[in-house]
Amino acid sequence: MSRIKTCFDGLKAQGRQALIPYVTAGDPNPQVTVGLMHQMVSAGADLIELGIPFSDPMADGPVIQLACERALSHNTSLAMILAMVAEFRQQNDTTPVVLMGYLNTVEKMGYDVFVAAAKKVDLDGVLLVDLPPEESADFARKLRQEDLDAIFLITPTTTEERIEKICAVGSGYLYYVSLKGVTGGASIDTVEVAKKLDLVKQHTQLPLGVGFGIKDAASAARVSQIADGVVVGSVLVNALGDNASNPEKGCAQVVSTLLEMRQAMDATV
Amino acid sequence: MTNATSLPDADGHFGPYGGRFVSETLFAALDDLRDTYERLWQSPKFQAEFDLDMAHYVGRPSPLYLAKRLTQKYGGAQIYLKREDLNHTGAHKINNTIGQALLAKHMGKPRIIAETGAGQHGVASATVAARLGLECVVYMGVEDIRRQAQNVYRMKLLGAKVVGVTSGTQTLKDALNEAMRDWVTNVDNTYYIIGTAAGPHPYPKLVRDFQSIIGREARRQSLEQTGKLPDAVVACVGGGSNAIGIFHPFIDDKDVRLIGVEAGGKGLETGEHAAPLSDGTPGVLHGNRTYLMSDDNGQILGTHSVSAGLDYPGVGPEHSYLKDIGRAEYVAATDDEALHSFRELCLLEGIIPALESSHAVAYACKMASQMRPDQTIVVNLSGRGDKDMQTVADIDGIEV
Repeated sequence: MSRIKTCFDGLKAQGRQALIPYVTAGDPNPQVTVGLMHQMVSAGADLIELGIPFSDPMADGPVIQLACERALSHNTSLAMILAMVAEFRQQNDTTPVVLMGYLNTVEKMGYDVFVAAAKKVDLDGVLLVDLPPEESADFARKLRQEDLDAIFLITPTTTEERIEKICAVGSGYLYYVSLKGVTGGASIDTVEVAKKLDLVKQHTQLPLGVGFGIKDAASAARVSQIADGVVVGSVLVNALGDNASNPEKGCAQVVSTLLEMRQAMDATV
Repeated sequence: MTNATSLPDADGHFGPYGGRFVSETLFAALDDLRDTYERLWQSPKFQAEFDLDMAHYVGRPSPLYLAKRLTQKYGGAQIYLKREDLNHTGAHKINNTIGQALLAKHMGKPRIIAETGAGQHGVASATVAARLGLECVVYMGVEDIRRQAQNVYRMKLLGAKVVGVTSGTQTLKDALNEAMRDWVTNVDNTYYIIGTAAGPHPYPKLVRDFQSIIGREARRQSLEQTGKLPDAVVACVGGGSNAIGIFHPFIDDKDVRLIGVEAGGKGLETGEHAAPLSDGTPGVLHGNRTYLMSDDNGQILGTHSVSAGLDYPGVGPEHSYLKDIGRAEYVAATDDEALHSFRELCLLEGIIPALESSHAVAYACKMASQMRPDQTIVVNLSGRGDKDMQTVADIDGIEV
């Protein structure tokens, strides 16, 4: 069974929800990432989304664009990121890790080479924001063959017809983007989100993670009441960016933010 | 082989290229645009509306002009210039923005956004927005804002808001990223006018269809003026909208060579260029699969060209397809070759061409000298050079 399924099943049995932090691999420099992953787990993260930096992150806001630029200034490559996952796995065999990024970096490495390497380092899933289900048949099949999960986005503008299509190809969990816009945008409207999630649930048994617009413990707690997982990215990336010259301080801020969110989420159980 | 003129397929593919590689938020908008476009493009009423604007607002048809002294100088094939530089706003870009603004109007979108490199597409977008009373926001890299100050002011005079883009390389590709971000955020009330025949389906198709008026006219004019089809059609290729516009109506004319000229910058061997078809590999950027300039890790490379309008690391997907099936040939002209032709056209023909178009002229002259006088070449003179005065004067070390 995949780590992602084990993770969500275990949380569900406890009536809890997954806390899913996103950080860009190699931000603010590649030496920080693996240690930060362990620290995030200690602070209550259940699953880690690790961003693959890309020169042209079209679906992201300025916060993550800058994180990409910091990581790329140290030449953080997909091969290096896979090595980071391998290093993380030496001490942690249970927390699922999902790579999130843009298709071109993966395509340049080659689907076969990437999937084989991902399997070898014990990666759990992949989310490519510019690879929609209709273009992903080949890639999703290769991931499935190696028991890796292909994770897809659903948004406020996704029609019911597309929700069906996405639920049919997705595995692991589905990532619901809570608002129209890029990462780091406006605040979340949980009533609207809950309505759409009800519709998605009619088409899938997969756990639903919700991201975009979750900025603090209060919004994390609100979202945990309507979703199976809470994805938090820009606020953490901001902390790393604000302290780029002092990564220890940045990581400490990430940890304290996650601790607050974890506490607030668990208090709603 | 699939009939090349019947492409793209229903999902926007030209062979392995094209498609829709965008975040999920945009799919509903792209479906809506595709459906609206397919319906309107078949409608005689919409066609008549478009044709009327082309005639009375743009000033079409643009002339097909025999460049006698240039022909004489190279002593070979007759060189004809398709005078897109004479269009309202000074380039072929207006053909597309008129078409897309009509779509925006029919879709009831009160706000349009656009990206621009040299500023020609931004000016053309601001122009149609002013005419239709639509709000207009143009994204432009701050590096390009510096290079094209006059066009920035033009856009402002036309009522558009110009937003400087400071991310990445601060040029056209970054302006496109930023426009895409705006669209994702404001998708309900906003129409995104993409300026070239690239991006997610249906953009490469609809931009091509609007620009194909160039090729239809050039084909008819060639038959009328020379009694035959040209032996070669030559156009510069950045994103490739002027090239696909003039190529497309000739695709089934197998004896007509189609030649796209990319920006060779300081020379292909230096790596400082903007020629993905000549020296790139297939990949995915800005919503489509196409030839790109990217490094071994899949990061998009910075580009260089003396002409801001060609300074782009990708290219429209239909060009990638035409290259692979061998129907069109793609070559490069350097900054120096383009500048040489720029000056030559000024002095021999009294025409100041855009630096972009000068790349096509440069290669056409080279070809002409190897051809017979009974042969003809049609060069798409896609824009005029007024916007390039500052760039050329800087190179000459002159203050204007």
